[in-house]
Amino acid sequence: MGRRVLRVFLYQRELTPIVITIALFAYFTIRAGSTFTGSLSLSSAAGYAGPIGAIAVGEVLLLVLAEIDLSAGQVFLFCPWVMYWAHNDGLPLVLAIVIALLAACAVGAINGLITVRLNVPSFVTTLATNFILYGVVLVGSNDAQGSPIPLSGGTSFISQLMGSWKWAEILWVVAITIVLGALLTRTRFGVRIVATGGNLVGAAEAGVPIRRVKVWCFVICSFVAGLVGIVDAVKYGTLDPGNFGVDYILYAIGACVIGGTALTGGRGTVLGALIGAILIGLLEDGLTLIGVSTNEFFIWVGVVIILAMALNVQFDRLIARSRGR
Amino acid sequence: MSADPQPAEPPVPVGAPVLEVRGVTKRFGALAVLRGIDLVLRQGEVLGLVGDNGAGKSTLVKILSGFHAQDGGELLLEGERVSFNSVEAARSHGIETVYQDLALIPQLPVYQNLFLGHEVTRLGPIRFLDKREMRKLARQYLDDINVNVPSVDAEAAELSGGQRQAIAVARAVRAARKILLLDEPLAAMGARESRLIINLVKDLASSGRVSIIVIDHNYAHLFELCDRINVMQGGRITIDQQVHETSLEELTELMVSSYRRQLEEVQNAGA
Repeated sequence: MGRRVLRVFLYQRELTPIVITIALFAYFTIRAGSTFTGSLSLSSAAGYAGPIGAIAVGEVLLLVLAEIDLSAGQVFLFCPWVMYWAHNDGLPLVLAIVIALLAACAVGAINGLITVRLNVPSFVTTLATNFILYGVVLVGSNDAQGSPIPLSGGTSFISQLMGSWKWAEILWVVAITIVLGALLTRTRFGVRIVATGGNLVGAAEAGVPIRRVKVWCFVICSFVAGLVGIVDAVKYGTLDPGNFGVDYILYAIGACVIGGTALTGGRGTVLGALIGAILIGLLEDGLTLIGVSTNEFFIWVGVVIILAMALNVQFDRLIARSRGR
Repeated sequence: MSADPQPAEPPVPVGAPVLEVRGVTKRFGALAVLRGIDLVLRQGEVLGLVGDNGAGKSTLVKILSGFHAQDGGELLLEGERVSFNSVEAARSHGIETVYQDLALIPQLPVYQNLFLGHEVTRLGPIRFLDKREMRKLARQYLDDINVNVPSVDAEAAELSGGQRQAIAVARAVRAARKILLLDEPLAAMGARESRLIINLVKDLASSGRVSIIVIDHNYAHLFELCDRINVMQGGRITIDQQVHETSLEELTELMVSSYRRQLEEVQNAGA
């Protein structure tokens, strides 16, 4: 019985963070009561979790490939700028959004192609594109804030859907999680991702087009970050050129790790990444409400990440040790 | 994508060349691994490939499987010139390979490893896996060929070495339509598992529809499995013998004298 329970936790990596998130929720509910469970507090937790989750669920695909995209946070900030500029230049809004999303895909494709064709480690490729995109925003905006963002604050359905409604962003992230989760676990492409990340040479020998798989995952990660980036910009109504994407990407990778994805390749869970983001969001919101200073929040995030990673590694070892039974 | 490749009629009569390798060369940097390989594989035949470590056997197999591109020479499949620029391309010609490193994915379950590259998917623009069908077929197939695994849902990382090897061979045997390439399929296997693989390959060979190239260091296995044996020395095929016309002693003698000849060539070239 005990062994069976352990096995479920070994293979369903998102279970552990789900249990911890529920425990955390219960703890803050007991400490702060209805202040915590109120709509204002929960939507603020969702506000923290949304951007982190959006970047994390795409990032998981790359972590499973044993690659990484450090630029996804900057794509999240860059994409709404493209929409803003295109719209200011007189393009219809829909076209502006399409162009912005294509720009996000292009960044992903460039990240992927540089990584697989020039054999630059993706850590370095995407570190570089991160800086480049930051620079492009600073140069293009001339240091001026972008405001107001089209659609922002509107009451039309499309405006509400694209971010004006306070729950829109997190619902987008949940929907994307479902899609990417199905992609990773239920499609042939998902098998190819796991195969490429789990045994690169073996996957190539078995006929998996490893380069193509990698490039597509960079594109997907960028696209998702850019899409939710637009929603986030519509939600807040202004664009700050000084925002640096690395803040987001570090939380997002933390969320992936908390969710049960080791950075060793071949293993990862999209749902776990969302749970990790929600856990971080609840932690930030809850700690504030029970009167703990924001500074202490960072200590807790660090502690949770380390514990989660240690657990992931131990789980992997347990699987390897169960060999031959 | 078909779940179960139907045995097609042999497109060429038994005994006719199905694969011809003509003057194939390959270098890795300064190292000339293949110095002009000429080899013929006939329909329904099992061809053994022996030679020292570094003779170029695995490199040749990886060229035939589409993993490496050759530098020179040509490949003829059923008389037509082909060039494989990927493993996928070779596979689409009905060529399957068991590599020395097995090419299994430790984190994928047995059934997904068994179907890697030949997944059963539902109809539609997105290739959704038909996991239920794949599990069922995997269980059936492994049962048929007497491979024991804890469960088709167990990850490959959980299997013993012999079990993993059996899965890798089973995957290729199941999918091969024209040519099966086996690079040391019996290394690190126990007696029972070796027997199982040998029978599997023999069954496939006796069907006459798939031609097989097998690399092995165990001459007893090769003499049991093969119709013909080719010896590779220094990047060339030096000896080509029908198994029923030779013996282990004769083959060994031929190899020794061939080595001696090569050694003399090298010494003469140096003088």
